[in-house]
Amino acid sequence: MRHGHRTHTLWIAYLLHRISGVALALFLPAHFWVLSYALNAPQKLDGFLHWAETPIVKLAEFGLVFLLSVHMLGGLRLMALEFLPWTSGQKTAAASAVAASTFLAGIFLLRAI
Amino acid sequence: MPKEQQMSVSVWRGGATGAFQSFDVKMEDNQTVLDVVAWIQQYADPTLSYRYACRVGMCGSCAMMVNGVPRWTCRTHVNKVLKDGHMEIGPLRNLPVIKDLATDMDPFFDKWIAAEGLHHPTQTRDDPIETIDPANAARVEINAGIECINCSVCYAACDTVAGNPDYLGPAALQRAWSVYNDSKDANKQAILDAVSGVGGCHNCHSQGSCAVHCPNDLNPMNAIAGLKRETARNFFKRRT
Repeated sequence: MRHGHRTHTLWIAYLLHRISGVALALFLPAHFWVLSYALNAPQKLDGFLHWAETPIVKLAEFGLVFLLSVHMLGGLRLMALEFLPWTSGQKTAAASAVAASTFLAGIFLLRAI
Repeated sequence: MPKEQQMSVSVWRGGATGAFQSFDVKMEDNQTVLDVVAWIQQYADPTLSYRYACRVGMCGSCAMMVNGVPRWTCRTHVNKVLKDGHMEIGPLRNLPVIKDLATDMDPFFDKWIAAEGLHHPTQTRDDPIETIDPANAARVEINAGIECINCSVCYAACDTVAGNPDYLGPAALQRAWSVYNDSKDANKQAILDAVSGVGGCHNCHSQGSCAVHCPNDLNPMNAIAGLKRETARNFFKRRT
């Protein structure tokens, strides 16, 4: 059976929040692992930082900043929805979170290249 | 005379297991999805089972999945849902299928009771009728919720219900929110306890499918957010 009931803004916002949450949870252990090189293997860290200058990694960082930002702004929207008096315009808020995150990640990318 | 226009309609046949059966139905200028189902039952296959009563969007008994979207079929014009001369009609999602397009609504209504969406009286029939100010903020909050026609469209649209069979669902929680805001209700603590349990309001992921698909433009997500606020407030109040 088809699932036409999901094609609307807030459901997509839910999906984005879930995917960004899972992706960030997967990223964090890798992040700490690389950071541990600073204590245990400084040469390896230098090598990694050199590799991190490549364009493909810069592009991945754009995605990472976007995920971080969209997860934080989306989370703030949900907390406002659940703890503050109800406001209409949830769709606008969710779309604004995506727009602001794209903008932030775009600035990050422009500064990096 | 112009050639008769036909549409192809896939209709669910069977119970929990079954298959879609295709019917060719004559197109009319003014035709609802319920008209199509009735036509099939009257002229193509009298064994087709479905449920309806009022045909004017009052009773909430004719809801079905149309192209994967829950809708009140009596107020859904065929032109609105027909895609390339085809549509698919199935029984409401998240409810046990009795046969064909008829679902067992018991779990849906049992959850209204489980959510304490029932009146807890403060007075007896011998007391004078209490005056309620229609402009009172709590009464205004109730206004939207009481327009619910119990059609279960929100319940069928909700992915949280699909993922957690214990979840009370948008309609029952909205009912609980209406009763909670009623100044004539004597047991608001029972409501808060009922809606903050395992299947309670905190399961809601705020996907908002209930509000998008509600045929009466109600917003159960708003009501559930209200219950989340009140249960949180109640939690901290009890601790101090």
